[in-house]
Amino acid sequence: MSDHYDVIVIGAGPAGSMAAWHASLGGAKVLVLEKDRDIGLPVRCAEGVGAAGLQSLIEADPRWIANKIEGINLISPHGKRVHLANEDFGYVLNRKLFDNFLAEKASKAGAEILTKAYAEELLFDEKGDVNGVVFSRFGKRLSLRAKIVMGADGVESRVGRWAGIRTQLKLRDIETCVQFTMANVDVTPSDCDFYFSHERAPGGYIWVFPKGDGIANVGLGISGEYAQYQSPLRYLEDFVQEHFPKASVLTTTVGGVPVAPTNKQIVKNGFMLIGDAAHQANPISGGGIVPAMVAGKLAGQVAAEAVQTGDVSAAFLKKYERQWYKSEGNTHKITYRLKEAVYKLTDDDLNKTADSILSLPEGKRTIVAVFKKALYNKPSLILDALKVFKMSISEVFDPLS
Amino acid sequence: MIRIKEDRCDFCGTCVSVCPVDCIELRETVIKIDEKTCTDCKLCVYVCPIETLEFVDE
Ligand SMILES: Cc1cc2nc3c(=O)[nH]c(=O)nc-3n(C[C@H](O)[C@H](O)[C@H](O)COP(=O)(O)OP(=O)(O)OC[C@H]3O[C@@H](n4cnc5c(N)ncnc54)[C@H](O)[C@@H]3O)c2cc1C
Ligand code: SF4
Ligand code: SF4
Repeated sequence: MSDHYDVIVIGAGPAGSMAAWHASLGGAKVLVLEKDRDIGLPVRCAEGVGAAGLQSLIEADPRWIANKIEGINLISPHGKRVHLANEDFGYVLNRKLFDNFLAEKASKAGAEILTKAYAEELLFDEKGDVNGVVFSRFGKRLSLRAKIVMGADGVESRVGRWAGIRTQLKLRDIETCVQFTMANVDVTPSDCDFYFSHERAPGGYIWVFPKGDGIANVGLGISGEYAQYQSPLRYLEDFVQEHFPKASVLTTTVGGVPVAPTNKQIVKNGFMLIGDAAHQANPISGGGIVPAMVAGKLAGQVAAEAVQTGDVSAAFLKKYERQWYKSEGNTHKITYRLKEAVYKLTDDDLNKTADSILSLPEGKRTIVAVFKKALYNKPSLILDALKVFKMSISEVFDPLS
Repeated sequence: MIRIKEDRCDFCGTCVSVCPVDCIELRETVIKIDEKTCTDCKLCVYVCPIETLEFVDE
């Protein structure tokens, strides 16, 4: 460890590791601080990613792919299944190995990584601009200076607030989630199942993502607005009791996903926010791995340029913000509007949507058709859906959205 | 005040993301609420996925 870095990244999730990797490739001297003892653990994820999104960033590697997904089933409250097939929908990852792999990439490119390193506060110069980090490790408190500090500290992010950025989420903008990884689950191994029901998962959905050998991630997220009446844990226990009474729970996973538009501010002088910390997960699906990687890559590249040109001002770092909106952020504004409408549908509306999709010939059953039917009385949102989903299904399927 | 049932906590950070006054501190396996700053708004209680937090009238 030296006492001065070009870039210090707080958090070694997909956002932080991608940023560290790409900033290092650009020639910056980078340090990553991770509070936990293991990168990639605990896994707080259903591990689904769309193939197109992932492959635009990194080559799929059998070392961290648990299963290939070739279809999705959208299941209505009355149990009707709308099946959408696509050979290249996506993958169920082994997220621990995946996060490790990205950290290794950063390390090989020259970044230094420290685990058990808990960032406690930021340091500021006389003008009030961020210029370093105080962290604790094995009982010692250390201060390090950096030209740029990045907050990649996930949904629990405090780093943005320390920098003076408002990041707290409204109740309606957090999905609160519980998942069981279960053995002895009887599902089609190449399909991901999504259950929609206002009664069983209000303001969210239930997922069953198979990992092979009868093992699957079975979980649900509900909107924070509804969690005050009944916790996601109780909803999940009811669902599992009904659908998989013979399965056993191997792992219990708990967590939150920001389902908001991108945070209003994501850069300041010498400071950048990325990934869940910047509310960059897809608001309708809650898929945050690929968006965090996209943001990390862009932020890392821009940080390296900033260091090279000697200009780490917010004005320069805004290049990252502009690129983010162009690649994902603008789409998220639309999917946020869609989410607000879709999650308000009653179970009756959802049943009718499923019935009318199933009355279409198989070839016409697409994601766009599903949204058209679901939002039939909201023409402006149908246009939104068309705008977003004119891309190929698998691009939208992130994860499996 | 907010009571933490520490044996239930999974240290997932969902509560931290909604706290308006940033008074929850979360390490790998430690959670603390700074009672002096806490406003008893209960948002953290609402979003905890596994009912770790509880509001108790003093
Ligand atoms: C139940 C659940 C299911 C999900 N399923 C999917 C899915 O199927 N597909 C998908 O794409 N997305 C999914 N997501 C979302 C996805 O996991 C996140 O969007 C993604 O991990 C965000 O990456 P990140 O790098 O921004 O943050 P994280 O992966 O959360 O990484 C943040 C890191 O920062 C560290 N950190 C925090 N504070 C500090 C500090 N003070 N000092 C040092 N380090 C710190 C944390 O320990 C953590 O390692 C799911 C989320 C949940 C909760
Ligand atoms: S949301 Fe609940 S389980 Fe998660 S850290 Fe907060 S108190 Fe613990
Ligand atoms: S009650 Fe409100 S202020 Fe207190 S810890 Fe919870 S969210 Fe924060």
